[in-house]
Amino acid sequence: MGWRLPLLAAAALLLSGGFLQADEKKSGFDFMAPETQAMQEDDLSNPGMLSIAEGEALWQARDNPHRAACAQCHGEARQSMRGAAMRYPQIDKRSGQLIDLQGRINLCRQEKQSAPPFAFESPALLALTAYVAHQSRGQVIAPSQDAKLDRHRQNGQALFERRLGQLGLSCAACHDAFPGQRLGGSIIPQAHPTAYPLYRLEWQALGSLQRRLRNCMIGMRAEPFPYGAQELIELEAYLMSRAKGLKIETPGVRP
Amino acid sequence: MTRALINVPKQARAGEIIEIKAMIAHVMETGYRRDAGGSAIERNIINRFTCFYDGAEIFAAELFPAISANPFIAFSTIATKSGAIAFAWTDDKGNTETTTAEIKVV
Repeated sequence: MGWRLPLLAAAALLLSGGFLQADEKKSGFDFMAPETQAMQEDDLSNPGMLSIAEGEALWQARDNPHRAACAQCHGEARQSMRGAAMRYPQIDKRSGQLIDLQGRINLCRQEKQSAPPFAFESPALLALTAYVAHQSRGQVIAPSQDAKLDRHRQNGQALFERRLGQLGLSCAACHDAFPGQRLGGSIIPQAHPTAYPLYRLEWQALGSLQRRLRNCMIGMRAEPFPYGAQELIELEAYLMSRAKGLKIETPGVRP
Repeated sequence: MTRALINVPKQARAGEIIEIKAMIAHVMETGYRRDAGGSAIERNIINRFTCFYDGAEIFAAELFPAISANPFIAFSTIATKSGAIAFAWTDDKGNTETTTAEIKVV
């Protein structure tokens, strides 16, 4: 009967996952080496700050005389965009679609600026998204109470727990069941999207949460959803509600 | 458009050892990678970094393809007199980016 104990322990871990109390929740930051933490903490050594400067320039830029700059409608981002990162993903009132922050920026470009949308993972879209999200740095994540989001969050949670790919893994099979332990050489974090878009040293660039999610799916040997897919945004919506109580860190640094 | 982040103390005592940190946004393309079509991506790295204190070169570095994107360089020097500390990065395409910071020595 020796096999039962570890099995029970694993089952208990699985059951306890996903219901972490606020004081048990940890950002990916808390799992990093002190050197990487120091890099994120110091704005003059955090490489993500290069993109924040770029994003600020884009916010002010009026490259086309027929186009309003972001700043002309929204004013000072420091005030107008404070807290914006926490309101996404949300439902776009006009189309009824679920959109994330980068989706909102691209919608705004198309509808208000008559400009073509930025490509996913383009430096400009990442810089502008990071600049807007950066204005919420230090604020505590408090997900929107909008009941219309519930269905999307439930879909996101179902996807989080669904086993996918050739390895038969789900997000929950690592991040809910074994946070703090290792997969290969890397520590498994609790998967809270507190610092996106973030600078990953492995990427040597800023990247979005969707890039991270797609990377994980490739690691699971599953076919990743394309950028901008509803499934990815629903997963983002679930993760944001799951990270309630943690602080926004954008731009984060991760190994 | 290139951006740099410079960390130079605003004020220092004469003779004090100060730490200077400089980071610049650059792809540092190694020249060893291929694009989706299989053709080689041309090497484009910053190959030289120099720092001038009050017009005199106080630090220089040669950079190579193994250095990461957005290179970060930290070094120390002795604060001698008030003036400009200037930084220059030159890449394979011959572009040179410069920026300066002022230091006050009391």
